[in-house]
Amino acid sequence: MSFITRGFSGRSHDRDPRLPPGQTEVSDWPVLSAGPTPRVDTEEWEFSIRTENGAHTWTWDQFMALKIDDVSTDIHCVTHWSKLGTSWRGVSIDTLFEGIETSHDFVMAHSYGGYTTNVPLDELLNGQAWIAFEFDGEPLEAEHGGPARLIVPHLYFWKSAKWVRGLVTMPNDDPGFWEQSGYHIHGDPWKEERYW
Amino acid sequence: MSGPADTAWRVGSVSRISKETPSAARIVLDVDGWPGNDAGQHLDIRLTAPDGYTATRSYSIASAGPGMVVDLAVDKLPDGEVSPFLVDDVMAGDKLEVHGPLGGWFVWRPDAASSPVQLIGGGSGVVPLIAMLRSHHDTADATPFRLLYSLRTPEDTFFPEVLKDADVDYVYTRRAPDGWPTPAGRLTKDVLAASVFAAAEKPRVFLCGSTGFVETVAAWLVELGHDPRMIRTERFGGT
Repeated sequence: MSFITRGFSGRSHDRDPRLPPGQTEVSDWPVLSAGPTPRVDTEEWEFSIRTENGAHTWTWDQFMALKIDDVSTDIHCVTHWSKLGTSWRGVSIDTLFEGIETSHDFVMAHSYGGYTTNVPLDELLNGQAWIAFEFDGEPLEAEHGGPARLIVPHLYFWKSAKWVRGLVTMPNDDPGFWEQSGYHIHGDPWKEERYW
Repeated sequence: MSGPADTAWRVGSVSRISKETPSAARIVLDVDGWPGNDAGQHLDIRLTAPDGYTATRSYSIASAGPGMVVDLAVDKLPDGEVSPFLVDDVMAGDKLEVHGPLGGWFVWRPDAASSPVQLIGGGSGVVPLIAMLRSHHDTADATPFRLLYSLRTPEDTFFPEVLKDADVDYVYTRRAPDGWPTPAGRLTKDVLAASVFAAAEKPRVFLCGSTGFVETVAAWLVELGHDPRMIRTERFGGT
């Protein structure tokens, strides 16, 4: 149904092919959060994975002793901005799931502060997602999700839960926080899966 | 571009556009098929150039309730691509593509609840709070409401006709009106504490503004004893 907007020419028409439809590249890093930023000390920080078979928990020091990946990726926010070529360090979900068995197909990520978001398990594995604690060579700032956040760069960035504290597997694709408040259950930026 | 999301774009006809502040415009849209919206929700506007290039941005809605008339107030970002077009180039009679209403979290619905509502807005972050004030007024809702509004100068006031009937504390950051009891300056934690419902009253807080404003004020509120779960935030950023 798209029509030409009278008088609009736009700024740059050389669209970077890395930009999904409806996205604009930004150089800064806008923040979107539903509430105050939780402040979590790494001394108190814990991360756990819970399945129908039990729970595995890591302290910050145990987490830092795991295999750490360097990740270079584009990120896409549902509010129409994308940031290209960002660099992160973190532990892949593959590493964390080594030795963990589950028959569940879905995961709910839980954060300090109460945020939740749902992701299919097979979209967190095979090098598609990390628990990241460093951005651009610096410790991840609290307002951007530090000390550690989930990153699932191939989905809209609300799936990349800030202040993450655990993953809980589940048999059904139950909706998380934003998914109950109007955002798409899956969130693929290349299909513009923004809203219900 | 095609896909399921496209089916939800609607045509908004600009019925009125006027200067709201030195840098912002008020835009009234008649949106065919608009289902009405809750106070605090936003919409997406998509502009299309003759060669097919598109730019899409989200804007908070300053109105609430049933009906197909939607009020926006758009502040011009100096380096923006879409906001300068909306503020400077759009004329009454123009048609814009809109999608919405969007957002189910930063919303207030008339409920006459026991706990009061504290609104806190910085700059154009007041826009979704204006929708809440209007909804509160239009439905004669009995919930106690207060607004703390941080703005640069008196000329930067959005929707003064809505604010005149509301319980508002103003903080002028650059220049205060003549005879104002306090000099212009940034919001401080002390002024915040003196201007909002106390934590003991368990207010629900809606806080909207730039990232820096929201981060600072939200942290102060938590330090002042407000339950983080009672504080809902919305920020604007990017261009």
